[in-house]
Amino acid sequence: MTRMNGAQMVVKSLEAEGVETMFGIPGGTVIHLYDAIYDSKINHILMRHEQAAAHAADGYARVSGRPGVCIATSGPGATNLVTGLATANMDSVPMVAITGQVSTSVIGTDAFQEADILGATIPLIKHSMQVRSPEQIPSAIKKAFYIASTGRQGPVLVDVPADVQKGFGEFEYPDKVELPGYHPKASIDIDRLDEAVSIIENAQRPVIFAGGGVIRSGAAAKLINLAESMEIPVTTTLLGKGAFPESHPLGLSLGMAGMHGHPVANKALMTADVVIAIGSRFSDRTTGNVKRFAADAKIIHIDLDPAEIDKTVGSDVWLVGDAGFIIDKLLKSLKKKKNYAGWLEDLEIIRQKEPIPKNVYAGEIAPWQILETLRDITGGNAVVTTEVGQHQMWTAQYYNFERPRQFLSSGGLGTMGYGFPAALGASFAANGQYTCCIAGDGSLMMNIQELDTCARYNIPVKVFLFNNACLGNVRQWQQMFYDHRYSQTIYNKSPDFVKIAEGMGVRGFAASRPEEIRGVIEQALAIDGPALVDFRIPQGALIMPMVVPGEAIDNMIFN
Amino acid sequence: MKSTFSILSEDNPGVLMRIAGLIYRRGYNIESLSVGRTNKPGISRFTIVIEGEESVYEQICKQLEKLIEVVEVRNLTKEGPFVERWLTLIKVHAPLEMRPHVLQTAEIFRSRVVDLGADAITLEVTGDRGKLQACIEALKPYGIIETAASGQVALSRSGFMQTGTE
Repeated sequence: MTRMNGAQMVVKSLEAEGVETMFGIPGGTVIHLYDAIYDSKINHILMRHEQAAAHAADGYARVSGRPGVCIATSGPGATNLVTGLATANMDSVPMVAITGQVSTSVIGTDAFQEADILGATIPLIKHSMQVRSPEQIPSAIKKAFYIASTGRQGPVLVDVPADVQKGFGEFEYPDKVELPGYHPKASIDIDRLDEAVSIIENAQRPVIFAGGGVIRSGAAAKLINLAESMEIPVTTTLLGKGAFPESHPLGLSLGMAGMHGHPVANKALMTADVVIAIGSRFSDRTTGNVKRFAADAKIIHIDLDPAEIDKTVGSDVWLVGDAGFIIDKLLKSLKKKKNYAGWLEDLEIIRQKEPIPKNVYAGEIAPWQILETLRDITGGNAVVTTEVGQHQMWTAQYYNFERPRQFLSSGGLGTMGYGFPAALGASFAANGQYTCCIAGDGSLMMNIQELDTCARYNIPVKVFLFNNACLGNVRQWQQMFYDHRYSQTIYNKSPDFVKIAEGMGVRGFAASRPEEIRGVIEQALAIDGPALVDFRIPQGALIMPMVVPGEAIDNMIFN
Repeated sequence: MKSTFSILSEDNPGVLMRIAGLIYRRGYNIESLSVGRTNKPGISRFTIVIEGEESVYEQICKQLEKLIEVVEVRNLTKEGPFVERWLTLIKVHAPLEMRPHVLQTAEIFRSRVVDLGADAITLEVTGDRGKLQACIEALKPYGIIETAASGQVALSRSGFMQTGTE
């Protein structure tokens, strides 16, 4: 036991949790905390906006698998975190946010920079706590890390009033914490394992539908084992990209399914007789018309979160537990390897006949050309984040990922402004691999101030901007479904991104012709530090194919 | 249809907001809510009557169970017989000449007089929902001045050993 103030306890607790890097911005109610950080070995990255700090912590967590940490002051600092926390919550990303709060004596008086951040975040994060005395800090932070990183992972917020930071107490970090209502292992339920095994063994046209849960669980290798041993093809959700090698040598990967998914993946789900969903919550972007989704198939739903079972898509058999744990159980019980009379061959024919179209534009850059070149140059080893919009879907369609934790994207909340700060955070966990952000011009502008952060710390994030000088995804919908009425999506003037980058101290490049792509990517990657490439792409480039809104996912438009 | 949920939770600040907010957010109406400490230190019991589609109660239960501070969630309506009680205080007009009649009516409902004034008395009535409604109807002719009602509180019935007759 050592006597210290609350701020020091926060820092000691973070150190005890093994935190190496954290992201934040100081302010009035966290001056004391930052004074303690001054003496700490934890690498603190000073961001330019709290939302970006939250996304950076999220990016760090998605790559490392450990909770990301961000810090903000009370009031506007804390409310700025909210979008980042909600983003992490929707995608089940482990995070711990520390916020300052006004002193306990003035809480509730509308004091300067007071915001009820606990109240504001209740529906948007996994859990939150406010500490009322220095002695509560160690156990609160222990709880926060435990809750964030176990069960269905998610963000946890700890609100620390200024006077609690200043107050003194005895520091002792607990080994474990008591949470009478939280027992993540207690929900495991595999009573119907035999039924699931029998359905799989008797399937004629089975398909595995893998989501982000496989990646969070660290079960990618087990999934490969399951798919290969039973010869079952695998399709993924957006967040499931990387859960299964997309260039699988036996052709077992069907690619991503859903609104802009691979036609073969969507058709496989719609014609399968057995769908084995693992760690997917059947989001509406994946299922299309939910009543018709896999309507003829028996659905086996495997998920860690019992609340996901039968939430949107009813299942015939469900198993509750960690994806890796359940796959192990299945592998132990599955015996009969089936000869699926032509199922894989049928899918191969669809794959050949209906690939994702690769349009070319005379003299102009097609989005897929950038993505294929980038993947080629980096050998598929880069960590790639995306913003949200057309470029995100193009990345999902044209960039194959072979391993988990390489592809980071805001799937559930669809947060524009996520990708760039997420890449910044991810680069601290990327183990020397390139960290690239695929961005659109609309999204990049939402957190572009972080170019400065990259420059100050020489963080080697490479931003590849797909610049179509419009809010492309909405523009696409307006073109297709709103009679070409481009309301508020096309600007009369675009910023000069190269100058912005250079102005912030980041090397900027531009390219507008296909033959420039390779050279400019190589130049950007060769720089020891951040770089931005402004690729001018045609405004009319569309994400294709696309499921007709409201229709089943095998009803796709191709142009 | 209505359903009664019995929820045990840690007695922390903000738990009420978390529980009520979750139910509201999923689009269900809380008809009645009561909270009180239990015999276990640090643990509170919420009794909540929700009006909604039966098919979604399971989802509400699962979502409530996900709240970190919630220890147990039970759908009493679904599980089987349970005892429910409501408590209502009724302040009824009762000048001297009317008072015997009011007290007679009160007696029928086994309600207790908890306050007596110059021309009004306050009655405490407990029972199930039907009894309380009937009592209020019966007192109406005398002139009800105001009422205050608790939410429902409920516990599942313990039952006896099975005797073989289902």
